[in-house]
Amino acid sequence: MNIVVCVKQIPDPATPGELDPESHTLKREGKLILDESDSYGVEMALQLADKAGGGEVTLVSMAPNNEVSGLRTALAMGAAKAILISDDALRGSDALSTAKVLAKAVERAGDVDLVLTATESTDGYSGTIPEQIAELLGWPSLTFAKHIEIGDGKATIQRQTEAGYDVVEASLPAVVSVTAGVVEPRYPSFKGIMAAKNKPVDEVKVADLGLGADQVGWAGARQKIVDVRAAPAREAGEKIEDEGDAHEKIVAFLEQLKVI
Amino acid sequence: MGLSKVWVYAEADGDKPATSTLELLTKARELGDAVECVFVGANADALAGALGEHGATKVHTVDNGDVLAGVIGAAALAKLVEAEQPDLVLFAQTYDGRDALGRLSVKLDRPVLTNGVDLKLDGDKPIVGTAIFGGNTLVDTELEGEKPYLAAIRPKSFAAEPSGGAAAAVVAVEAVDAGRAAEAKVLERHVEEREGPKLEEAPVVVSGGRGLGSAEAYEPLVEELAKLLKGASGASRAIVDAGWVPYAKQVGQTGKTVKPKVYVALGISGATQHLVGMKGSDNIVAINKDSEAPIFSVADLGVVGDVHKVVPKLIEALKAHG
Ligand SMILES: Cc1cc2nc3c(=O)[nH]c(=O)nc-3n(C[C@H](O)[C@H](O)[C@H](O)COP(=O)(O)OP(=O)(O)OC[C@H]3O[C@@H](n4cnc5c(N)ncnc54)[C@H](O)[C@@H]3O)c2cc1C
Ligand SMILES: Nc1ncnc2c1ncn2[C@@H]1O[C@H](COP(=O)(O)O)[C@@H](O)[C@H]1O
Repeated sequence: MNIVVCVKQIPDPATPGELDPESHTLKREGKLILDESDSYGVEMALQLADKAGGGEVTLVSMAPNNEVSGLRTALAMGAAKAILISDDALRGSDALSTAKVLAKAVERAGDVDLVLTATESTDGYSGTIPEQIAELLGWPSLTFAKHIEIGDGKATIQRQTEAGYDVVEASLPAVVSVTAGVVEPRYPSFKGIMAAKNKPVDEVKVADLGLGADQVGWAGARQKIVDVRAAPAREAGEKIEDEGDAHEKIVAFLEQLKVI
Repeated sequence: MGLSKVWVYAEADGDKPATSTLELLTKARELGDAVECVFVGANADALAGALGEHGATKVHTVDNGDVLAGVIGAAALAKLVEAEQPDLVLFAQTYDGRDALGRLSVKLDRPVLTNGVDLKLDGDKPIVGTAIFGGNTLVDTELEGEKPYLAAIRPKSFAAEPSGGAAAAVVAVEAVDAGRAAEAKVLERHVEEREGPKLEEAPVVVSGGRGLGSAEAYEPLVEELAKLLKGASGASRAIVDAGWVPYAKQVGQTGKTVKPKVYVALGISGATQHLVGMKGSDNIVAINKDSEAPIFSVADLGVVGDVHKVVPKLIEALKAHG
């Protein structure tokens, strides 16, 4: 079973985000790391390939400046190889353009049974890319999976819903988006980290994928940021130390609000 | 100048329209001369009254049978858009809304803006407001290019208000072909039990976080307090991912947005992704043993203390209060 995992490489979420003063888009220069949300997809893919008794896990990532740090992390976990799309023409790409690039990269990967993504990325969280990739490929998609089984040429998942979950199935090839916590991502071993250094990364440009420069980047986005401002701040109120009587203060507060 | 036709991708909550749908209709009325819905499901007739009351004159409907709703929604919309030419199609940022929107954007080759918390017009171009960096920064983005424009708005961004319109006319959409995508079939539905009001609609929300210490503490502290305050119980993502409580309880960026009269946070640090889902509450009470916890920066009443000490006493006091 051959699986492609879409993995986004993002600025470390622990450092405060910043907007580029000119383009008003997120600054994504400097070192990028594997989006934690995608580590679940990588782990899931490795487990599914293992269970199927073979097949390859290929990573697909679109990132600026030929960034590979996040890919190396996922390769160290056990993925076999990666396709990296990095091109100045991609600057400013929106969700749809990104999906076009990722779908083309999946086609480039060749004989694929399953594409895994996260339900949303940590820094962009548009949350539409999995469905867009599926539609571009003409495949069924199973979204918001919190559990996956593969068998008989089908994927069966538990799909998160407002009320609980649904059991949903589709035939392969298909796209599945997985929620955080679906599996416990492994830590790369020392051996894995060493091996990852020599695993193949196929670096491609937009033109290699047969896409025109007008379909991606700023040109493809067809939207413009017209205003950026600070949100009205919420003022902190009273802060008290509990001396054994804090509950009385809370009761008084709730009474004053007429909640009790 | 407004828009002539605004569409809302309607969703149901049992035999009623979802609150998020009514919120979108209320906004759509403000932006467009004509407001219509597209609904995927078997019970459009049951919804037509409430949809009309909130401004929809028509509901285009298609029954998806056991096929994943968004797949059929996108195929139906793609077909209808061509014939009916709406200027703007609005979706709620929900599971099925996102599925339908993603696929439709490809079918029509239109960009999408998602996670909207505000919506206005610049002439006949929609401007979608989003909140980033934990809600500290607001960004307005204008959609350009050809119509229809597509956007998804987070539930609870607008208040739902009836306009008193007559029931919407129900119009069935002829068979739609979604191709291989329609192979995604729902086999079973599992509904998790819930007591009391819905999380997004409750006047009081009590949420618990990792500071509870264990899954066992959730029921006697969080649920009990929520019950006494006639509210709903919620959670941080930390304890959802840990499997202590179901995902349906998660408040925040990847969970629900809540705006109750009172939000009580027990043992929650106040990460930006949590704050963005509850900062709009009228009043916030937080109990956390770390006086530096970021949750205190938004709390109207902050208690630096141990949830295991303060909450049992609070519960006793509320029981005595009657
Ligand atoms: C893409 C993305 C999306 C996310 N979406 C969400 C989301 O939707 N919702 C969400 O909540 N999070 C979300 N997160 C996670 C978020 O960043 C935090 O990790 C999470 O909110 C932390 O949960 P917590 O406050 O329960 O745990 P912690 O951060 O571990 O905080 C526990 C708190 O409990 C306090 N405490 C410990 N013991 C006690 C005690 N006995 N009494 C009182 N206080 C005590 C501690 O001082 C601490 O402040 C998201 C993260 C990412 C990357
Ligand atoms: N640049 C990218 N490279 C690889 N995968 C991506 C990229 N952007 C988004 N994805 C995948 O699509 C998912 C949803 O992204 P988003 O729509 O941005 O929330 C992510 O969690 C990734 O799995």
